[in-house]
Amino acid sequence: MMVLIILVGVFQSWNIALSIFNMCLISAVMTMGANIQWGYAGLINFGIMGYTALGGLAAVLISVDPVQEAWSAGGFDILMCLWLIIALVLIIRFILKNFQKSKVRTYAIAVLIISGILLIRFTAEPGIEAIEDVNPAKTGFLGGFGLPIIFSWIVGAFFAGGLAFIVGKVALGLRADYLAIATLLISEIVIAIIKHEDWLTRGVKNVIGLKRPAPYEVDLQTTDWFINLVEKFNSGKLELISNLSDRQAVLNQLVIEGSSVFVKLCYSGLFLTVVIILLILTQKALYSPWGRMMRAIRDNEEAANAMGKNVVKQHLLIFILGSAIVGIAGAMLVTQDGLFTPGSYRPMRYTFLIWVMVIVGGSGNNFGAILGGFAVWFLWIEAAPIALFLINFFTAGMSETHALKLHLIESVPYFRFLMMGLGLLLIMRYRPKGILPEKIEIK
Amino acid sequence: MDILNALILLLNYIFIPALTYGSQLALGAIFVTLIYGILRFANFATGDMMSFGTMVTILFTWYFQSLGISLGVLPTALIAIPFGILFMIIYMLSIDKFVFKYYRINKSPPVQLAMVSIGVMFVTQAVVRIIIGPSDQRFFDGEKFIIKAREFKEMTGLNEGLALKSTQVITVLVTIVLVSLLFWFLNKTKTGKSMKAYSDNEDLALLSGIDPKKIVMITWIIAGILATIGGALYGLDKSFKPFTYFNNMLPIFAAAIVGGIGNPFGAFLGGYVIAFSEIFLTYAYKKFFMYILPESMEPESLVQLLSTDYKFAVSFSILVIVLLYRPSGIFKGKVL
Repeated sequence: MMVLIILVGVFQSWNIALSIFNMCLISAVMTMGANIQWGYAGLINFGIMGYTALGGLAAVLISVDPVQEAWSAGGFDILMCLWLIIALVLIIRFILKNFQKSKVRTYAIAVLIISGILLIRFTAEPGIEAIEDVNPAKTGFLGGFGLPIIFSWIVGAFFAGGLAFIVGKVALGLRADYLAIATLLISEIVIAIIKHEDWLTRGVKNVIGLKRPAPYEVDLQTTDWFINLVEKFNSGKLELISNLSDRQAVLNQLVIEGSSVFVKLCYSGLFLTVVIILLILTQKALYSPWGRMMRAIRDNEEAANAMGKNVVKQHLLIFILGSAIVGIAGAMLVTQDGLFTPGSYRPMRYTFLIWVMVIVGGSGNNFGAILGGFAVWFLWIEAAPIALFLINFFTAGMSETHALKLHLIESVPYFRFLMMGLGLLLIMRYRPKGILPEKIEIK
Repeated sequence: MDILNALILLLNYIFIPALTYGSQLALGAIFVTLIYGILRFANFATGDMMSFGTMVTILFTWYFQSLGISLGVLPTALIAIPFGILFMIIYMLSIDKFVFKYYRINKSPPVQLAMVSIGVMFVTQAVVRIIIGPSDQRFFDGEKFIIKAREFKEMTGLNEGLALKSTQVITVLVTIVLVSLLFWFLNKTKTGKSMKAYSDNEDLALLSGIDPKKIVMITWIIAGILATIGGALYGLDKSFKPFTYFNNMLPIFAAAIVGGIGNPFGAFLGGYVIAFSEIFLTYAYKKFFMYILPESMEPESLVQLLSTDYKFAVSFSILVIVLLYRPSGIFKGKVL
């Protein structure tokens, strides 16, 4: 896999190769999260998109500087709402604990929730309007805490884990394919909320220019040590140019290219650290007594239950853990892009593609998950060039203006779906356990 | 007079659109529920299969239009639909033969079949986009309105207009005919009864001499008819865009589960439940209250329970509530 990426570096450019590599790393993290749920415990989670988006939300809330005006305009109302929501949840908990299950209780809770929502809406409305009126072209939202964005990776995990707790409480009792549908739909609800609550994250107006954990290209290009570094690396090439001003121009060009490669390398280092830490943790977990118990639950729920294992609790735990890892990946993704675009969260890209990675790589095997993330993402990006090559190869006999050939070349971007689908179908049929199947060595 | 105006307003903006949208969802939901009941898996390729059928219909419509064949006031697509159905059935049967059959014979768990259907979804999506492209296609022709809003106002002298699009009437009529035929088939004919038996208890059905191959084939044929007609009606009423069809899969699933999965009648009603609640909860009632309340009490705000952005979220929330309180759906389907 690395060889392929290096080949891209040599033939296309190092910039592209590194961005593919970074996305591969992020995909690998997501795949590991899904793999923990599916491979370890047999829980199907089609809500990956929702957790990714929550991770991204965390990145925004942590790193953006607070918008003081908006806070003074509507902060009080929003805080009031938060208290109301907490109070509502507490009241419902109280009722659930202290009253017997009956029709009256159910109706009372329903009435309580509906009136609570109405009350919250009425309190929030003026605040939200005031916030969204504050300089709507640039801010129009509350902003965040102005902390370094790297913290958001942890906060993203907590956000996603929190959502997973709620979803797990609601849906984990369902049969597998229903769990799939329910999680998919719940993730759509999450996206709808993130998209349309402008006061929180500007909604579809996007948040751009997030802080970075890596230096900026522009700063690098004027730093002495970096220019010297680039000069050193390319000294052989530079010495061939005798003219001084020419040499300077070439050096400048190299510095500009080098700076973006350098920034990407910084990201790669950070992401690689995360992947390695997660890999160590998940491998340890896989071979621990806990991992054995999870496999026992997956393979025979009733037997595990009879042995005194709390299946429901363990399912909830692993659901939260896996989702939290996906949340980390979501925050990493936004960190890398430097922008948060709720409109770009589509189930195709963030749920089904990740599942293709899990299945292709090999469920239950962490290395398989990483391999799946790398291989599938690489194919997803490079599918268009490959398809173009194949089309040109097979239609070589046709004239350049043949309608079919032109039509095929026009629709090159969609061949990636075809490749993903065929790949998934072939793997499911002939290697149902994935490229690297689960292998448990008992020590 | 004001009350009449208010009623017409509701009829125009809530009842008719919801009825149309509900019919389209209902057809899709019966498709999902049949596949679930008889082939026993959640078909994630639902939306894309519908878009495949619609695509073939559109291609034939264009072909007929180029030949100059038309139905006058009715859209040409109506004659193209049978061809769409034919291609859809061929496509579905070949997919079944090359993909699903293997897992069915091996008695794979339903999750695996659902995963495989995701592969089918990817492939179908690619095929549709490669053939017709990802952009919006309109293929409606013929008379657009049966009653125009302005004519209605002039006719009745009311303030509010009532617009009735011909596609809406066609949708509702076709749905009624199709669904009654389907229920007649399922409840009265021998094949339909054997399908039900197979869905209830596979082993028992096999023991009593029901041919599983025939059942599976008929299921796909019915599914093809439902998918193509449902998709084509949606395309006629709104417009055809592969991405929208993929998204429609979600409310369709919601409708099928709300109605009780595996129960065709439940799925049929589930479509309307989803459509009506989506539109009821996101409609701004300001104008309605302006008509029925005295002037002093007129509302300031839009009187909208939820903004229209949350349309999809409404149906999903209903689904979650149903799953929590009645996991088998409103009409008892299979217990999940």
